Amino acid sequence: MAGLGFACLLMALLVCVYGIGASLYGVRSGRAEFTASGRRSVYALAGVLTVAFAVLEVAFLRNDFVFNTVADTSSRSTPTFYRAAAVWSSQEGSLLLWAWLLSLWSSLALFLTRRRMRDIASYATAILLGFGGFFIALMVFYANPFATTHPAPAEGAGLDPLLRFPTMMIHPPMLYSGYTLATIPLAFGMGALLSRRVDADWLKAVRRFAFAAWLFLGVGILLGARWSYSELGWGGYWGWDAVENASLMPWLTGTAFLHSLMLQEKRGMLKVWNVSLVLATGTLAIMGTFLVRSGVLNSIHAFGGATLGVPFVTLIGVLIVSRRDMLRSEHRLDSLLSRESIFLANNVVLVGLCFVIFWGTYFPLISAAVTGQESSVGPPWFDRYTVPLALLLVLLSGLGPVIAWRRATLANARRNLLMPVAGALLTLVVLLLAGVPGRPYALAMFSCAGFVLTSLGQEFVRGTRARRAMAGEPAPQALLALVRRNRRRYGGYVVHLGMAVLFIGVAASSSFKHASELSLAPGQSARVGGYEMKYERPTATVTPQFDREHTGSTMALGAEVNVSKDGHHVATLRPSQGYYASGESSAGTVGSLIAGQAVSHISMSGGVTRDLWSAIQPDIGAPVLQRIVSTGNKTLPSEDALVALLYLAREYLKHPPPAQFHFIVSPLVMWIWIGGLIVLGGGLIAIWPAPSTVRRRVLARSRAARGLARA
Amino acid sequence: MDILIAVCLVVLALAVAYVVSAPLRAPQDEEQHDPDQGRSRASEKEAADEKAELDSLLTARENKYKEIRDAELDFRTGKLSSDDYKAIDAELRAEALEILDQLEALDRS
Repeated sequence: MAGLGFACLLMALLVCVYGIGASLYGVRSGRAEFTASGRRSVYALAGVLTVAFAVLEVAFLRNDFVFNTVADTSSRSTPTFYRAAAVWSSQEGSLLLWAWLLSLWSSLALFLTRRRMRDIASYATAILLGFGGFFIALMVFYANPFATTHPAPAEGAGLDPLLRFPTMMIHPPMLYSGYTLATIPLAFGMGALLSRRVDADWLKAVRRFAFAAWLFLGVGILLGARWSYSELGWGGYWGWDAVENASLMPWLTGTAFLHSLMLQEKRGMLKVWNVSLVLATGTLAIMGTFLVRSGVLNSIHAFGGATLGVPFVTLIGVLIVSRRDMLRSEHRLDSLLSRESIFLANNVVLVGLCFVIFWGTYFPLISAAVTGQESSVGPPWFDRYTVPLALLLVLLSGLGPVIAWRRATLANARRNLLMPVAGALLTLVVLLLAGVPGRPYALAMFSCAGFVLTSLGQEFVRGTRARRAMAGEPAPQALLALVRRNRRRYGGYVVHLGMAVLFIGVAASSSFKHASELSLAPGQSARVGGYEMKYERPTATVTPQFDREHTGSTMALGAEVNVSKDGHHVATLRPSQGYYASGESSAGTVGSLIAGQAVSHISMSGGVTRDLWSAIQPDIGAPVLQRIVSTGNKTLPSEDALVALLYLAREYLKHPPPAQFHFIVSPLVMWIWIGGLIVLGGGLIAIWPAPSTVRRRVLARSRAARGLARA
Repeated sequence: MDILIAVCLVVLALAVAYVVSAPLRAPQDEEQHDPDQGRSRASEKEAADEKAELDSLLTARENKYKEIRDAELDFRTGKLSSDDYKAIDAELRAEALEILDQLEALDRS
């Protein structure tokens, strides 16, 4: 089967080469049959890569350890659920997933534009096939997912236990969908520049794809944060890690583009800026892919930066400069007090944020190039610059909706801002009166969020009222009709609402959390953030493949912790640590069952006001427990080794050594996830196609508009 | 097993060749909905340019109508003064008319 998979890759590479040639020849010679053939190459590529991906997926599900990728990242003890997802845990598998998703999204984009923008689409076809070909060539020559070893090992290394969580099943495909979708506006943008058709038409074709990329990236980022918080043992959801930043950067430039494209659609403005943003988003997405897959910046430098990045960015720069006459704005700003100005400010802040994150992420490379020594920056550095910019961004997200397009008068702006400013001040006063400790940035964020929530509430109320006045509908119906007829506007407002809610959660949880790391013996307790955490009793399970978390751990040791406040029981937490088989015989028959990576199984009690979070690190190195392991190693054959683990677990329950606990009491964390869901909902409203009835009404209105204009 | 894989590969390669070469074998099938079929290369290119211009104008028209509706909503939700709204609306409708005229001219040509 590996032969079939590799042959598919070779075939896919040939299809890419042919498709690039056919598309370019077709567009240069004006022969439509070649451009059509080039487009069909993308469909064929999708078909061939689907077969290749299916071959690899089946190999994982069948535990076919002849495949090196399967042997390295899966095992018989890995639950089926996670075996299916293990495909994209390796570099080779994830490159295949990337190329496959790219081919699917490209096929969709080119199918939807098959009767439009022939020249732009032809160049876009060549560019998309170029990206696909590049990634397929990487697999063929450097990271072959179908490489084999004969004879096959009896057992695989297993999937990294840290990845054995449901969120990690869907997190990578979400991010990869976002990355690959972001390359579609990039390809069409370059196509528009190459074919000298830089009007709003190409923007219309890619708008939904840009939105979908933004949405998928957002969901991927949120799932990653959730995984980090609820599965990793450190209790945070964002650590300014290079891989996290890689996904955030294209999301930020994508957000800027979704705003600024409206200026080009409406006013023919910011053409250079929009093209630059599209190209930056696509390029950052591709760079993000390398960052995600390599894990270290050096690797990107090795094959990403050198072979693709520099020539590609140079080409983009040359294209923009050579087309600067066509990219001139058709209009100028009518007034500084207009939504256009707010969008410009929002773009500057978003790109500024992206620049800060880019600088911090690539600082190791920059410092190595300048000083010869690699050094990096940590979360405090990122916080210093991103927090003020985030504050400004939240403020602008509330300011934009209350300012009119084109020009607003000062009197109108004052009237419209009265309630939001009152909302912000009220929030601040209430928080100060409630005795919320003085963290200036957090209080500023809460006030800004109060401003946004009031501003958006006012917009929904006024819009509904206007609709009621026009159509005489009851309020709920008027609200629905308002949103349905103005999906992008009100979907966008819902997104702003979600972001404000999300930032409330971020500000509260990062400024007012209480954390404690300490050693406790059964019966002992600790006080964290006003809660009493009492280590009631130890827990232990030895149930391979059927552990509580269904992650395939061999043994889990933990604790039952009673949480109370003012003498009242609040929650019972059961954190544990899972131990996994290493497959290394050198650790002994018993030792090898638990010598793999030890992973924290977090226990949480979440709520709308606060989360109680706990992790445990049992002292498995205690002499009494280690003695059981070493005796078992000497006396028990591998088939009976589990008996020793049962004995070890019993000993742990009878004489538990003190364990290291990590407790966190964090307020309003749940609002981060709720905010994220609201953003997702708003995004779906905005991206949903307008119903045909609305189109008919628009056409009817257009006829009326024409009549009025002639009058 | 190897023979089965070889057969699969041959079938897949033939399918790819069939899909990709279809427009080259029978261009009239591929563009059957295209009214420009049968024209010379030069007129085909001209027609493609016209189609691109038409698409561009249709997009501009759609955007202009959206702008007219947005201005109306801004006015009704109290963000635009009556005078500003009247001036902006008239301006937008004039721009819409210009686009419609261009569309008509293209249609006539």
